[in-house]
Amino acid sequence: MRYETPATIEAAVGLIAAETGIARVLSGGTDLLVQLKAGMIEPDLVVDLKRIAATREITAEAGGFRIGSAVSAASLREHKALRAAWPGIIEGLKLIGSTQVQGRATLTGNLCNASPAADSVPCLVAAGASARIVGPSGKRDIPVQDVPAGPGRTNLAKGELVESIFIPAAAAHTGSCYLRFTPRTEMDIAVVSAGVSVTLDASGTCTAACIVLGAVAARVTIAEEAAKAIIGTKVDEAALAKMQAAASAAATPIDDKRGTKEFRIEVAGVLARRAVEKALERARGK
Amino acid sequence: MPLDAKPGMDFKVIGTRPVRPDGIDKVTGRARFGADFNMPGQLTGRVLRSPHAHARVKSIDVSQALKLQGVKAVVTRDDFNADAVDPALMDVLVNVMARDKVLYEGHAVAAVAAVDAPTARQALKLIKVDYEILPHVTDVEEAMKPSAPVLHADMFTDGVEPRPTKASNIASRVEFGHGDVEAGFQQADVIVEREFRTEAAHQGYIEPHAVVASMGADGYAEMWCCTQGHFMVRNISAHLNGVDVSKLRVTASEIGGGFGGKTTVFLEPVALALSRKANRPVKLVMTRDEVFRASGPTSSSYVKVKIGAKKDGTITGAYAELAYQGGAFRGSPVDMGAMCTYACYDLKNVQVVGYDVVVNRPKQAAYRAPGAPQAAFGVESVIDELAQKLGMDPIDLRLKNAARDGTKSSYGPTFGPNGLIQTLEAAKNHPNYKVKLGPHQGRGVAVGFWFNFGGQTAVSMNVNIDGSIALAVGTPDIGGSRASMGLMAAEELGIAYDKVRTIVADTASLGFNDVTEGSRVTFSSGLATVQAARDAIKKMCGRAAQMWGIPEDAVEWKDGHAHPAGANAGNFPPMSLADIAKDAGNTGGPIAGHCEVNAEGAGISFATHLVDVEVDPQTGRTQVLRYTVIQDAGKAIHPTYVEGQYQGGAAQGVGWALNEEYIYGKDGRLQNAGFLDYRIPVCSDLPMIDTVIIEVPNPGHPYGVRGVGETGIVPPLGAVGNAVSHACGHRMTVVPMSPPRSLKAIKG
Ligand SMILES: Cc1cc2nc3c(=O)[nH]c(=O)nc-3n(C[C@H](O)[C@H](O)[C@H](O)COP(=O)(O)OP(=O)(O)OC[C@H]3O[C@@H](n4cnc5c(N)ncnc54)[C@H](O)[C@@H]3O)c2cc1C
Repeated sequence: MRYETPATIEAAVGLIAAETGIARVLSGGTDLLVQLKAGMIEPDLVVDLKRIAATREITAEAGGFRIGSAVSAASLREHKALRAAWPGIIEGLKLIGSTQVQGRATLTGNLCNASPAADSVPCLVAAGASARIVGPSGKRDIPVQDVPAGPGRTNLAKGELVESIFIPAAAAHTGSCYLRFTPRTEMDIAVVSAGVSVTLDASGTCTAACIVLGAVAARVTIAEEAAKAIIGTKVDEAALAKMQAAASAAATPIDDKRGTKEFRIEVAGVLARRAVEKALERARGK
Repeated sequence: MPLDAKPGMDFKVIGTRPVRPDGIDKVTGRARFGADFNMPGQLTGRVLRSPHAHARVKSIDVSQALKLQGVKAVVTRDDFNADAVDPALMDVLVNVMARDKVLYEGHAVAAVAAVDAPTARQALKLIKVDYEILPHVTDVEEAMKPSAPVLHADMFTDGVEPRPTKASNIASRVEFGHGDVEAGFQQADVIVEREFRTEAAHQGYIEPHAVVASMGADGYAEMWCCTQGHFMVRNISAHLNGVDVSKLRVTASEIGGGFGGKTTVFLEPVALALSRKANRPVKLVMTRDEVFRASGPTSSSYVKVKIGAKKDGTITGAYAELAYQGGAFRGSPVDMGAMCTYACYDLKNVQVVGYDVVVNRPKQAAYRAPGAPQAAFGVESVIDELAQKLGMDPIDLRLKNAARDGTKSSYGPTFGPNGLIQTLEAAKNHPNYKVKLGPHQGRGVAVGFWFNFGGQTAVSMNVNIDGSIALAVGTPDIGGSRASMGLMAAEELGIAYDKVRTIVADTASLGFNDVTEGSRVTFSSGLATVQAARDAIKKMCGRAAQMWGIPEDAVEWKDGHAHPAGANAGNFPPMSLADIAKDAGNTGGPIAGHCEVNAEGAGISFATHLVDVEVDPQTGRTQVLRYTVIQDAGKAIHPTYVEGQYQGGAAQGVGWALNEEYIYGKDGRLQNAGFLDYRIPVCSDLPMIDTVIIEVPNPGHPYGVRGVGETGIVPPLGAVGNAVSHACGHRMTVVPMSPPRSLKAIKG
């Protein structure tokens, strides 16, 4: 196995495009190294992006945030403007592993590891984030939800990698929240999760909402009917109840060691409701 | 053996809380655990394990693996001579290296020793095993059905008359009790009968099994490993390899948890075989995945309980039926489970029947009070339900029927002095029993019992030239026992704790010691330490007598000094231990005390646990709000480590009650062989566990010690079960009470 630390994105792309065996990109390594040690993957080439200065920067762009692929969860948690705009994304990051793991773990790695239970992804999707992909044939931007193809697989082509993630500005009176269900208090993996974003107008009517469920399908689930149930309403009890039922209905989980299908469907609605209630509180507070 | 209790029990150092000898090494990282031992020229070993739950091993071809550069040895079943193995150890041999069949996923079929780990891993891939896959069964109730695939064609249920003629998975039937239960039920005003199920839990020790074995060209060998009993490791590893016991010397490393799971061998005989074949030291370390699949978790169980009582709470009849699977071999702890089932109660009519069942799972190993928690879950749940039906406080109902001094136990013996009543009374008066509960909260009470054990023990105590003491014990320290030995030695000798250094000696340096199990060490090695100290004292008094020129029996030992026994003995100034030690070379040579004993008189220990929980009615998730352990320690030698045992037992019990379980797929493979999906509690899952130490002295120990290590895991399943049942308004009968199960119960 070769380990490379290129200084530019172009060099990184060149390395992985040229590799005839299995090439893997390494950001924080908190998934990759675990998989290597467990013998789950045996790559021929590992390309570490952390020496590329641009991958470690957070830059302001169009009122939003462009986040280099190697920026750690710990740095993001300390970013005041991001924290104020998208508390739900920060809540997802805060749940990843431990303080030590967060010193390394990245948003990009969480996304590209393509686990349906990834904690930062539902709120990224709810925020309308996009991923900038670079490869031998140039750059393209795609919605973050289109990066994972299924558990452990991405839609990136040979030689492609994620250079950065763009999180747009939050509209006025927008609140977000991420909640996950785990049997333990920490060091656990989501059995079900919900990341939501809710925008109100000055009168308190919901003008936009996005409700995203994690761990209830092979990829994150955007529960459109659930969002529709509250858009145009004052988000009263009736709307919330309708939203909760729609969120449960959108969940298509399987039975596995982490939970039963029945349980996940039920709790998907419960978490969506609790997350919307919290997001509303935040939206109203702004 | 007469054991004089210390007059008046006015202890000087017993009951204090000094730092343990291994404490600083463990927090600074200097302590050496199993995997920390390395030898020059050492090879890396790895074990090839069965991917199938049940299969015939038609052939094993290792030729390609042997051709790989860097591979120095491969061993399989052919490297062990089964004909020379004691029938009583045959299952151990078959478990460490499969013979005609693999009996569970993870069963070892071959092992390699190579120059490094990648080569060893590569070599495993080159071993060709031809399997004929057989039908499997992993569930205890399924395995008992006549239609189940039979694991062992020669297993005919023991304990059944007449002996069955058809082989089955039921290895044996046991029965305990007295009186007439049917007549008892006739007298009852209320009867509760229920079925319970518990899943298998793993001990979850943080340190995986690890061993280095090194056999020289002369056939003499050494071994370093993490184990609860290095004498056991020596005897079994030597025997399975056809080596004289004297040719193998085993040193126990520091141990990162055992809880019963390290009271047997897995890797050690294999490492020795590899080292012999390679003529180099070989190190074998399990991965966590291997620990889950191939070491010994506890039994899963089916438990049926029926108890009848009069309106005033008097229990008139108690019956239970237990079926425990012990993995692929006979020997589940159902016998001990059956003995413990009703041990907390004073009953006229009681009967317990137990079945030891084999399934295609790893061979179970002891786990803290093996067999008792599963049965106690059933009994304590039914007692709780009876209290509800009778409108009685659950502690009062237990007090009414509790075992006392003089109670004839359900398994035979008559109990001596014990602290059950005191623990119940302390529970009733504890402030935690009076806290008001909020919505969705519930409180649970349960009691528990464990026998405790004595066993073979040898201790050696050397009096050093400067008056310090080198104390060698043969029982690996898994819970702070070196500190307790040091305290007992210091107390008896009348010197300061820090003048005594306690070590765990290797197998060549002491007489045989039974494994650290059965909560026996502070009792047995402690008793032997006190005896060894008395032996040394006698010798030191002799030396003083010699120096003073008076008879030996005219010298007495007080506060660390030899004194003339009275005015008639002469008027000599007292001689300190250090004074006597300094002159030992001139008065007869080195001074040492010894004790070799088969310790009897281990005192039983009872506990009462209280727990409050809150269950989220929309997700079924249980949070433990407060937890209280009240247990009889006889005498707490080092109270901090007694409390640690109480808290540890409760923490493990809470994990088992709420989330820990072995999950098997239809293919008979374990699905959650890692700490991500086998969920032991993390710190933030538990409140600070409150403890109360009750001390009703055990007459069998000079200071009154009872074992405390195991009783603590007996009540939690029942206590948590009762609390969750009250919080959800539904009787929980399956462990673990994981969120999906609890939510289903709430939703009805
Ligand atoms: C103890 C522990 C606890 C954890 N707990 C959680 C948790 O609670 N919740 C959770 O969601 N996760 C958890 N994780 C998983 C992990 O920490 C996160 O998924 C993390 O965000 C991964 O980021 P990383 O930078 O370390 O990824 P890496 O390990 O560097 O990469 C992950 C994957 O993405 C690919 N990749 C990385 N960078 C790029 C790129 N720029 N372009 C294309 N592909 C790329 C890699 O090749 C790899 O396949 C835990 C991990 C550990 C070790």
